[in-house]
Amino acid sequence: MAKHHIETTVNGDAVEFLCETEETLLDVLRDTLHLTGSKEGCASGDCGACSVTLDGRLVCACLVLGCEVGGRRIETIEGMAEGEALHPLQTKFLEHAALQCGICTPGFLVASRALLERNPNPSETEIRYWLAGNLCRCTGYDKIVTAVKDAAVVMRKG
Amino acid sequence: MAENGTNGHGYVGTRTIRPDGVDKVTGRARFGADFNLPGQLIGRVLRSPHPHARIVAIDTSKAEALPGVKAVITRDDFADQPSEFIPAGEMMMNYKDVVRNVLAREKALYEGHAVAAVAATSAAIARRALKLIDVTYEVLPHVIDVVEAMRPGAPLLHDDLFTAGVEPKPDKPSNIAKRVEITLGDVDAGFAKADVIVEREFKTAPVHQGYIEPHAALATVSEDGTAELWCCTQGHYIVRAHCARLLGLDIAKIRVTASEIGGGFGGKTVVYLEPLALALSRKAKRPVKMVMSREEVFKASGPTSGATVRVKMGATKDGKFVAGFAELKYQAGAFQGSPVQPGVMCAYAPYDMENVKVIGYDVVSNRPKVAAYRAPGAPISEFAVESVVDEIAKKLGLDPIELRMMNAAREGTKAAYGPKFGPIGLEETLNSIKKTEHWNTPLRKWQGRGVASGFWFNIGGETCVSLTVNEDGTVSLMAGTPDIGGLRASLAAVAADELGVEYDKVRPIIGDTGSLGFNFLTGGSRSAFSGSMAIVEAAKQIKADCCARACKLWDLKPEQVAWERGRVRPIGDAADKAKPMSIADFAKVAGKTGGPIVGYGRLNAQGAGPSLGTHLVDLEVDPETGRVTILRYTVAQDAGKALHPAYVEGQFQGGAVQGIGWALNEEYVYGDDGKLQNAGFLDYRMPVASDVPMIDAILVEVANPKHPYGVRGVGETPIVPPLGAIANAMENATGIRFTELPMSPPKVLKALREKGVTAK
Repeated sequence: MAKHHIETTVNGDAVEFLCETEETLLDVLRDTLHLTGSKEGCASGDCGACSVTLDGRLVCACLVLGCEVGGRRIETIEGMAEGEALHPLQTKFLEHAALQCGICTPGFLVASRALLERNPNPSETEIRYWLAGNLCRCTGYDKIVTAVKDAAVVMRKG
Repeated sequence: MAENGTNGHGYVGTRTIRPDGVDKVTGRARFGADFNLPGQLIGRVLRSPHPHARIVAIDTSKAEALPGVKAVITRDDFADQPSEFIPAGEMMMNYKDVVRNVLAREKALYEGHAVAAVAATSAAIARRALKLIDVTYEVLPHVIDVVEAMRPGAPLLHDDLFTAGVEPKPDKPSNIAKRVEITLGDVDAGFAKADVIVEREFKTAPVHQGYIEPHAALATVSEDGTAELWCCTQGHYIVRAHCARLLGLDIAKIRVTASEIGGGFGGKTVVYLEPLALALSRKAKRPVKMVMSREEVFKASGPTSGATVRVKMGATKDGKFVAGFAELKYQAGAFQGSPVQPGVMCAYAPYDMENVKVIGYDVVSNRPKVAAYRAPGAPISEFAVESVVDEIAKKLGLDPIELRMMNAAREGTKAAYGPKFGPIGLEETLNSIKKTEHWNTPLRKWQGRGVASGFWFNIGGETCVSLTVNEDGTVSLMAGTPDIGGLRASLAAVAADELGVEYDKVRPIIGDTGSLGFNFLTGGSRSAFSGSMAIVEAAKQIKADCCARACKLWDLKPEQVAWERGRVRPIGDAADKAKPMSIADFAKVAGKTGGPIVGYGRLNAQGAGPSLGTHLVDLEVDPETGRVTILRYTVAQDAGKALHPAYVEGQFQGGAVQGIGWALNEEYVYGDDGKLQNAGFLDYRMPVASDVPMIDAILVEVANPKHPYGVRGVGETPIVPPLGAIANAMENATGIRFTELPMSPPKVLKALREKGVTAK
């Protein structure tokens, strides 16, 4: 069967690509568009390392097909910093040492941004439950939770 | 040259931003699967569906004929290796087994065992090609459980495996690869003096390291046999050595670059895909990229041993431990080499005891070959001992912290495994825990509190780094141990302090195998310990070099010049003869004063001090479901000196949460068919953010006198105490002594019902 021709928006840029029916959005991002910031940890939606937003909704890119994303708005980790300015979440993850190996970090950042867009002042429990779809094996989550809380403070101050 | 006062800004011990941080929060950092080469093929592995089967024949002709398939490899593509043991992290491995683990030879020994591999122009073609490989198996009876594997008449994995360490040598092969024993004093005499003796049998399940990044490798071999390899590994020099051996290549002809590594915990100290990618590339003459799926990671890499452990301890009525016996049976997986030896050595290491005897058995069964996992072997044996210590405290009516304090190993204690300890910090960690508000907070019904201590040796080993002063006075730092959790931040701080330059002016990278002398792998909590020693060594050379250059520039004698407070200065009667010079000043005149300024630190680091820790946990048991919730957790551990306190705390917190997973949920579940039933993150459930509380971390610093900054390795000890601490808290909450891990809801509920405990 012929490949699908898809036109969509990734991090504000208009992009077009061809993909097989079986290819996931994660495959397309990583292998076709060379946006390797989204990671494949499980390919079954259990680890959250491929978290991206689709029209503002947090999804696992490994559970979305490439041919489903025509005309949508996709945001990945590569679009999180604005020019030279890191997003407050990125800055706070660095300041609080909220990453060790860093493989889960893009997913946590994208998921945390989605949280703070909905809830600018989340409690520790709300942060923990929102991020329960993202696995981190290094940090024990402590410093991640602290970083998200601190970033929320900065963002509320605008 | 006079040497005096080396330190400049004092970055060591502060929470600097990691130099590789921005790349990691922007998605720029390249991990194992993020590398690609033009013209690359995709490699895939065919794995055995049987837990135990003779491989009668492999017919690859149909796969080779499929358009797009460029290479197929099987056992025939690797020469057999003689039996030879070599160190693998803190464990041992044998090349005869390694060659059989990367591709099965006579038999497939576990479900998921690699049998063949293909390289094709697309992943889809590679997958199709795997289905066209025709393997004729003769299915054999299998054995999964360690105790069953030890029974006479159990299915035999290797007919040439005779138990080592027993006299006389057995005349029949068995699944028991090895018996080890350590003895101190006389345990029988010790038990005779005991007022209280507790004996218990424990069982732990195999658990996976659970790194989020699956194994990945990209290899390219040229027509003249020169090879390049990019992979995620804890030790690219070790990968190079293994691949050179397995492929029959000169070491100098293989250049290995370690990608950023997405977690390892010991599981990335061995080779799986790397030799296959190289062999496929050699055959296809094109680059080959291979990445494991999560299912493959579970079925064919890691995990650590499950075990059966019997512990018997005796104490006097005032609480002095007078004898400790233990028998450990560790699963090695399909090939010998479980971490039973360190398990034996660590069992009683936290305590000052005169009579200790520990016996260990290394047992093969039809499971994936175990790999190192954070303090390999220690959490299992120490879980059993810490559980029994708690029971002794209860029997004697003693406070569990006081009982540990009374028996704590300290400076001068002779460990049962041999050495006499230097300064160590167990008592300090116990004291810190006792002083916490946490320890003194009351609990409610169904809640329990537990405490346990833990020990790990730590290692040093071969290490090589370079420091290069650039033309503008900035410093390039190259290390050869993959940075798995903040290493570059620690090493840059040490280099900046040693050379009197700003932290931001030091740029650390991890060099490839062609750029530095041999480095042993990142493991044994060694990379910050030995790396910082090597940086001090390299900086010393630069300082000596700069002093010599200053002598020439200033026309002074060596004794009139010294490195002080981050500068080369004229001293004594020459003090006003010249203006002090910084590293940046020397950089400007490097060409005129002898050329490039480079320091090269190389050593086989000795004197790694053990790190001891004590954990405190509160939990609550739900009597309706058996679910256990961790309410509060505090870690106190001796770091010697924390080069970067935030990343040391991170080690404590991460290790504690891995331990929580081990204690409460994680396990390999096998069916009667010998197949793994939970090879995915949904069913192999690691702790998520909502499963755990904040983890309070208390840094205890009892300086290691063998290290210039007092550093001890810190990465492994944190996973040792949680198992015992949680089991002890469970006893405190329910009155039930749980002896089998994981303490998952079905098991907890069953135990509560058997005891007649109900929700109301």
